[in-house]
Amino acid sequence: MSDLRIARVRDGERRGVDPPYLSPDYRSTRLRAPDRPLILLPESMHDPTGPVYGESPLAETDSDLTRQHDGEPLGERIIVTGTVRDGGGRPVPGSLIEIWQANAAGRYVHQRDQHPAPLDPNFTGAGRVLTDSEGRYRFTTIKPGAYPWRNHQNAWRPAHIHLSIFGRAFTERLVTQMYFPGDPLFAADPIFNAVREPAARERMISRFDWATTTEEWALGYRFDIVLGGRDATPFEA
Amino acid sequence: MAAEPTPSQTVGPFFSFGLCVRPHHELVDPGRADALRIEGRVLDGAGAPVVDAMVEIWQADAEGGHRDGFGWGRSGTDAEGRYAFVTVMPGGEGAPFIAVLVFARGLLKPVMTRMYFPDEPDNASDPLLAALTDAERAGLTAVAENGGMRFDIHLQGERQTTFLAL
Repeated sequence: MSDLRIARVRDGERRGVDPPYLSPDYRSTRLRAPDRPLILLPESMHDPTGPVYGESPLAETDSDLTRQHDGEPLGERIIVTGTVRDGGGRPVPGSLIEIWQANAAGRYVHQRDQHPAPLDPNFTGAGRVLTDSEGRYRFTTIKPGAYPWRNHQNAWRPAHIHLSIFGRAFTERLVTQMYFPGDPLFAADPIFNAVREPAARERMISRFDWATTTEEWALGYRFDIVLGGRDATPFEA
Repeated sequence: MAAEPTPSQTVGPFFSFGLCVRPHHELVDPGRADALRIEGRVLDGAGAPVVDAMVEIWQADAEGGHRDGFGWGRSGTDAEGRYAFVTVMPGGEGAPFIAVLVFARGLLKPVMTRMYFPDEPDNASDPLLAALTDAERAGLTAVAENGGMRFDIHLQGERQTTFLAL
């Protein structure tokens, strides 16, 4: 008989790379972080299925954010590639990745982003791509600028691209941020540093990639993604 | 070859132009006879509406499966913190429920919960509901209202919704 014990656990009590809900240096967590124990269900009680993208085929411009308008966006053109795998290292094919980001000036196409940096009429900053049969993905975009956000004095987010990945199971849904190597803003960023383990923080930083860097066209960055296995194992196991 | 997971990060405040441009909140045609409207609010620890949240659901269809990929929905929240879906009552064995994930600025990883339905005979034998206090159970049970269901999600505080460890 499978173990059907339901346990109450404190956030962060178990092993895992995800940041704790309450990370006070990131002010928005203070009134939004759950403060009661979480319910730990046995694995068998979780639905092993999850959403699969099954709508109309994606357009080529969905994964090329530099070709969604009449003209070319300003900024440094980049090609981002990577592989999505599960915790066992197996590729996750056919998984929808949604991306969104600021433009080269650090400005988002969002009515609540009103800081005085220019919008780019040739750049929206949103895209989608499906992983191929080997879990690989590729998109072309513009390197986003740093973004000021008022969390603390002189607060600037390191340049980042947001990614949302469907994965195989609903419990495997991942939303994360991809950073760029060598960013001087890492040390002062409470969102990046909310991930406690230094090695885990490193896994959110893409690496410069000569293999996809294209002569007189674009710089390549590689960002591999691993789903699942997050908080899966209690410390005591 | 085991691989080390990529950590979660917040969706931030500006995801709607990337994630909520296409409507995904109607899982079925609202004109269908068995269409069920579900709505609710996402509220913070001070009881204020969370106006920049995104609620996703995953559920079985009326027969208890995921025929034709059925079962996923996504809704942003409005100026009152309100989200809404049009779907059908999930079928299959056991107490019917809908799995719910909430993403928001200030949530470094999503919160997950389950929405159960009132007056379902199988609720009494559901292992999750059985492990909860009366107040927690009430918090995970939608309220029948205006011909549909209302399910409010309290992120923090006295009335916090019970969340599942991910």
